[in-house]
Amino acid sequence: MSESEVLLDAHAITVQFGGLTAVNAVDFTVPTGGIVSLIGPNGAGKTTFFNCLTGLYKPTSGSVVFDGRSIVGTPPHRIAAMGLARTFQNIRLFGTMTASENVMVAMHPHLHGGLLQTILGTPRQRREERQAKETASELLSYVGIEGMDDEFANNLPYGDQRRLEVARALALRPKLLLLDEPTAGMNPLESAQFTTFVRNLRDERGVTVLLIEHDMKVVMGVSERVTVLEYGAKIAEGTPEEVASNTRVIEAYLGSGATKELA
Amino acid sequence: MAALRKLLGSVPAWAGISLVAAFMIAVPKIQPIFGDDWLPITTVILCVIYAVFALGLNVVVGYAGLLDLGYVAFFLIGAYTAAWLMSDFFYQTNFHFLSASLPAVFGIHISFWLVIIVAALHAAVWGVIIGVPTLRLKSDYLAIVTLGFGEILPQVVRNGNGIGGFNLTNGTIGIGPVDPVGMGILGRLPLVPHTVSPFDFTVRYYIILALGALFIFVSLRLRVGKLGRAWLAIREDELAASLMGVPLMRTKLASYAVGAAIGGAAGTFYAITVGTVNVDTFTFQFSIIVLAMVIVGGLGNVWGVILGAALIAWFNFTGLTQIGNTINSRFGTSYDIPRYQFLCFGLVLVFMMLYRRDGLLPAARQRKVRAVESELAKVGTEEGA
Repeated sequence: MSESEVLLDAHAITVQFGGLTAVNAVDFTVPTGGIVSLIGPNGAGKTTFFNCLTGLYKPTSGSVVFDGRSIVGTPPHRIAAMGLARTFQNIRLFGTMTASENVMVAMHPHLHGGLLQTILGTPRQRREERQAKETASELLSYVGIEGMDDEFANNLPYGDQRRLEVARALALRPKLLLLDEPTAGMNPLESAQFTTFVRNLRDERGVTVLLIEHDMKVVMGVSERVTVLEYGAKIAEGTPEEVASNTRVIEAYLGSGATKELA
Repeated sequence: MAALRKLLGSVPAWAGISLVAAFMIAVPKIQPIFGDDWLPITTVILCVIYAVFALGLNVVVGYAGLLDLGYVAFFLIGAYTAAWLMSDFFYQTNFHFLSASLPAVFGIHISFWLVIIVAALHAAVWGVIIGVPTLRLKSDYLAIVTLGFGEILPQVVRNGNGIGGFNLTNGTIGIGPVDPVGMGILGRLPLVPHTVSPFDFTVRYYIILALGALFIFVSLRLRVGKLGRAWLAIREDELAASLMGVPLMRTKLASYAVGAAIGGAAGTFYAITVGTVNVDTFTFQFSIIVLAMVIVGGLGNVWGVILGAALIAWFNFTGLTQIGNTINSRFGTSYDIPRYQFLCFGLVLVFMMLYRRDGLLPAARQRKVRAVESELAKVGTEEGA
């Protein structure tokens, strides 16, 4: 893979919390325009790894290069502004803000209206706000909750809250979108729709997607490459088919008895 | 209650605002009906000043969700800035700029209208100075540090009458009298005096009312832009906000600076109203009372905060004394009711927390989210039964 084709390149990432090594020397790359999954049993260190990429944690050692720039030690809001957006495993919306406001918060890096312009309500600031609201509206309908603009996030049903999180992340105009267990709590039909949605997102908007996912149907259906973590270390990497037939992976998920039975 | 809300909801916002504005403008005419005992114009002026002050705290606590227990410090800074720049205190110099005071008088004399801006900026600078080291702290810890700041500053002022031999604050004696307010070219209009005399309460009331309206406007505008949204987002979920591109430090500092600036401006209003500035005014209780105004009125809601401020200021300066006097003369007793001021406050806060947690006039967003919550709770209990 040449330099220009790699959007995110994490090298030898290690995260230690005191004596506990949560992530151990993981190398990980995301190709531009790809859909990549990170899987692994509970507690494998997937979310910790995500948190390193988004700047919430500083890795104990290792380097992360996003879009040609090193982002280790860069504060989260800068990384977000560079075009790395995420959703959360446990939904973290701004509860008492409307759907549209939630989305507009993530436009923060792109909006210019300063304190004084806001107070004076200059025509430019008003126009910018109006456009932001329209963009928010478009994003909401893109994720399938059109017309919910003025509904408060807390008052939305669970599925719509998940969609709103995606809309909010898209408002950052991300190059790379990290989805942390996006289909948690969805029924099989919704999960299938979501698979299509992710593929469209990449094809229509050119967003590279990195998924943490437990639903294997989704993982196998949508990802081009899969990386498997166990106890903080990378144990396998490859196409979904390769990973699915990898004995280490089957052991990690089902225990060592499983491979013996198969053999 | 719901019916009343529906009725009020059908009234357009501008109609409600103009009604309130008309009432406020008519206060000097209406005031004699209540009489100087129950509604002295001085108390009405203080109500407006406190409302502006509470609006400033509302930016910090209500909008951005940062608890500040030493907010009185900014009021103090504003008031002292006004006293320094509008009195003969610095007798070593003789500097006049558009001031209404006589040119022969020594000291620094600058026009009140400029002093508002200078004092607001001065307070904002202090807001940033205090904010930079403390805003890394979370909730309770931040509250404790701000509490400390609110305690330290009055001590500095109290002992600031000999800083290296220089008298900066005049210690416990305070600074005064503060210059009268000059009206500039407005003074040429009919009914407007050239200079507001210390006893012209009506004109003073209108000046402060107009400035109060300006700050209401500012408070309302702040909610609609990028910054106001970022504040709300930080209040809701700081971590999520930072991951959505909101710079936490800068955004929180902005709320501190804006809150401090409004507090500083309110301090100058206080200085020209009372006429002298004395450090004993700016106690910890003052910070708590203003916080109570914001919470009783409705955290985050401009109109609620104003209502809370007006009610509590009135009770504080006039209401309690009058109620006490009435009780004593009717029943022939001699209770000193104002002594129980903090008992009353405590009871009010307890009842608010029990029955109206979001204040007298909760912010619309709080109200609507709560409504669905309680609806869900109702469904839950019905299913359970």
